[in-house]
Amino acid sequence: MTPPQRQRRDPAPEPPPPQEGEGKVRNPERMYVVAGPDGERAELDLVTLIVARATDPPPSASPEQAAVLRLCAAPLSVAELSAYLHLPYSAMGVLLTELLTAELVQARAPIVRKQRTDRSLLEAVMNGLQRL
Amino acid sequence: MDFKGSDTIPGPRAEDQLPHTAQAAAKIVIVGGFGVGKTTMVGSVSEITPLTTEETMTQAGIGVDDNFGSATKTATTVAMDFGRISITEQLVLYLFGTPGQQRFWFLWNGLFEGALGAVVLIDTRRLEVSFDVMGRLEERGVPFVVAVNSFPDAPRYAIEELRTALDLTPDIPIIECDARRRASSRDVLMTLMRFLHSLAMTGSRP
Ligand SMILES: Nc1nc2c(ncn2[C@@H]2O[C@H](COP(=O)(O)OP(=O)(O)OP(=O)(O)O)[C@@H](O)[C@H]2O)c(=O)[nH]1
Ligand SMILES: [Mg+2]
Repeated sequence: MTPPQRQRRDPAPEPPPPQEGEGKVRNPERMYVVAGPDGERAELDLVTLIVARATDPPPSASPEQAAVLRLCAAPLSVAELSAYLHLPYSAMGVLLTELLTAELVQARAPIVRKQRTDRSLLEAVMNGLQRL
Repeated sequence: MDFKGSDTIPGPRAEDQLPHTAQAAAKIVIVGGFGVGKTTMVGSVSEITPLTTEETMTQAGIGVDDNFGSATKTATTVAMDFGRISITEQLVLYLFGTPGQQRFWFLWNGLFEGALGAVVLIDTRRLEVSFDVMGRLEERGVPFVVAVNSFPDAPRYAIEELRTALDLTPDIPIIECDARRRASSRDVLMTLMRFLHSLAMTGSRP
C-alpha cells in the first residue's frame, strides 16, 4: 500500500497574516505584563511563571485576585493558574495584569525560541530528560 | 465564573509545587490528529497529573463570523492538556498536547509563539490528517520531529517511505514510539532536543 503524499511548504518570509480560524479568538487587547525596572513590556505567555510578592492578600483584593495570590505562594505558570481557576487563558491576562500593576505578583519571563536557541539550555534539558 | 472564596479552589498538591528557585520555563508542543495519543504522551512523561486549560472558541474562532459584537455567536470550549517536567531547580519544561485539525488553529497563537519546538504525532492509518499541521509549522518556522505511534492495526511503512510521503528533508528525525511508555515518550523528547541542538550548531532554520 502506498501512503498518501504531502508537499513541503516554505517558511513564510514574514509572520503569516492571520488565517481563517486563527487569531480571532484571543482578546483583541493583547496581554502585556510590565517586566523589569526599565518598564519594558513583555507579553504574557502560557509558561510565564507567576509568584506572589506577599501571601496575605490585601483587603482590597477581589476573590479572584486572592485566589491567584494563594495559588502563587510558590511559582506557578499561567497555564497552571488557568487550569486550577477554570479560567480561559485569555481571561487570565486581565486578572494578572491587575495583580502585576498592583505589584502583588511578580512575573518570570519564559525561555523562548530564538534564531539560535542557546545550546547550553538544550543540553540542560537533555540532561534533565535523561534523569526521568 | 463563580468565586465563592479562594479557599474553595484546590491548588497544586504540596509535592506538585515548584521550588522558589524556579526562574524560567520553556514549552514544547505535541500536536496531532484526533485520538493519536497526545494526552497519553503528555501523561507518560509529566511529573504532575496532566492539567487542562480551556479556551473558548466562538463562531469567529472557526472563521464563520468576524464580528465580535455579533449577538449570534455561539461558544464552544476546547480543552488543551499539559504536563510539566522539572529540569533543574531553576528550569521547568512544559508540554502541551494540542489538536492539529484546522478548526483548532486559533489555539496556536499563544502556544507556538516561543515554543522551543514540536513533536508531530502521526498515526499511519490517517497520515493525511497531519499534513496541514506540518505545513503550518514549516511556514511559522517551528522546528519539529515526527513520532509514529504504532497502533496494532496500523499499516507499517519503512521510515524512508514515510519521509518521502511526508516530504521531509533528511535531517528531520522520524521515530517510532509507544506513547504509553515513559521511556519511549522520553526518547521522542530527547530526539527533538538533539535536533534543536543540531540546528543551533549549524545556525540553520528549518
Ligand atoms: N497501541 C498504542 N496505543 C496508544 C498509543 N498512544 C495512545 N494509545 C491509545 O490510543 C487512545 C487515544 O489516546 P489519547 O492519548 O487519548 O489520544 P489524544 O490524541 O489525546 O486524543 P484526543 O485528545 O481525543 O484527540 C488511548 O486508548 C491510548 O491508550 C501508542 O503509542 N500505541
Ligand atoms: Mg487528548
